[in-house]
Amino acid sequence: MANIFTTLWRVFRHAFRPRVTVQYPEQKFYLPPRWRGRIILSRDPDGEERCVACYLCAVACPVDCIALQATEDEHGRRYPEFFRINFSRCIFCGFCEEACPTYAIQLTPDMEMSEYRRQDMVYEKEDLLIEGTGKYRDYNYYRVAGLAIGGKDKGEAEREQAPVDLRSLLP
Amino acid sequence: MRDVLIPLAVVVGVLAGVFAVAAQLVWLERRLLALWQDRYGPNRVGPFGLLQVVADGIKLLSKEDWTPPFADKGVFVLAPAIAATAALLSFAVVPFAQNIVISDLNIGLLFFLAMSSLGVYGVVLGGWASNNKYGLLGSLRAAGQMISYEVFMGLSLCGVVLMAGSLRLNAVVEAQREMWFFVPQFLGLAVFVIAGLAETRRIPFDLPEAENELVAGYHTEYSSMKFAMFFLGEYLGITLISSMIVTLFFGGWLGPWLPGLVWFLLKIAVCIIGFILIRAALPRLRYDQLMALGWKVLLPLALLNIIVTGGVVLASGSRLSD
Ligand code: SF4
Ligand code: SF4
Repeated sequence: MANIFTTLWRVFRHAFRPRVTVQYPEQKFYLPPRWRGRIILSRDPDGEERCVACYLCAVACPVDCIALQATEDEHGRRYPEFFRINFSRCIFCGFCEEACPTYAIQLTPDMEMSEYRRQDMVYEKEDLLIEGTGKYRDYNYYRVAGLAIGGKDKGEAEREQAPVDLRSLLP
Repeated sequence: MRDVLIPLAVVVGVLAGVFAVAAQLVWLERRLLALWQDRYGPNRVGPFGLLQVVADGIKLLSKEDWTPPFADKGVFVLAPAIAATAALLSFAVVPFAQNIVISDLNIGLLFFLAMSSLGVYGVVLGGWASNNKYGLLGSLRAAGQMISYEVFMGLSLCGVVLMAGSLRLNAVVEAQREMWFFVPQFLGLAVFVIAGLAETRRIPFDLPEAENELVAGYHTEYSSMKFAMFFLGEYLGITLISSMIVTLFFGGWLGPWLPGLVWFLLKIAVCIIGFILIRAALPRLRYDQLMALGWKVLLPLALLNIIVTGGVVLASGSRLSD
């Protein structure tokens, strides 16, 4: 019997506690930088597209919501001809970001992406591609990879040694 | 002309007031529950979310009013009406102030008890007519609960009647001029509050509804306005029980300085808030606990109360005269 009144009193005292609710549209939450929200495609420090259209993100995606088509420019750089994410299917698991070898695809702390039409949830490359580098400021895939493209031959990448001629015996 | 107009005004006023209070209770309950759970509750529609009721009403009205093909149509439609009407009718005898009472029947208290027993039919028939196992289980529980709680609900009030010497509610209020009855009738009050909770099917006793075991109990199959009627009945019931507690134990409209109506409303408000606090704090009883509590504890208590009160009244030999 007594503990019924204790319970009532304890609950009643909550009337004077601060409320935990965040009044959302007026008050914003703090979303940490690693929050898994709206997906973007970033550019490298030189302003070129980072994505090399390797399809790894599309393979990793558990709900198959990424579609892209690889193509190559005149310098031999691969890039996606189109890159499409259907956000009405995306579950924001972040697997695509983990799979990406070039830091191109990144999830951002933004979750305000509701639409009235389902069709509008499909983001094309123009919607995804941003001007900056996203979370990884200095990384530039083509500058560290030993792949020859126009303007950069083999052995010219950062910390890359000159190629060895395997058929020659001379050191 | 005045003889007709004033009662008419009272009737319309009481009806409108009671409806408004019952509707706004939905908002109040949600806000208070939220307050005690450190949340805000509905605070978007209108100032402080006061217009939430309107939004809810529109939502309910625009829902499909569905009668399941396997239901017993006539009874299915009738049940929610009974639930709401019975609760509403009881307000006819509640004295809101000295002269604001629709009909000061000389059997007022009996009328209230009769009407609240009728209200149970709404629940029992609703669950039965739904032809749904959850509905049926809900109404079975309702029937069992009501039978056991009705008994000592009436008995717990006998002490009050003995002391006031009348079943007329205004007379009961008048009899409390010297001392409100909650002091001498403390036992009666305790039993009546518990019975009242059971009567309104509020949380420690909401077994007929029991969302987490019976889906929604007796109103599982109800939607739209019929569902709203059940809800209205429930909130009318809370208001009614609160007014009865206030009238019978806390001196009704009696009180210094302020007019009677204001006192009455203030006391009701405190009472209703108490009801909501109970809902916020206490868990639901198990069915056998409910029965054991009713028959083994509360019934003897109510009987004891009658014997003691009767003895005291007889010894002092006062009030029984009129
Ligand atoms: S976050 Fe997950 S679901 Fe969304 S696109 Fe990336 S891999 Fe697919
Ligand atoms: S975003 Fe990354 S993983 Fe996806 S295709 Fe482009 S480079 Fe490959």
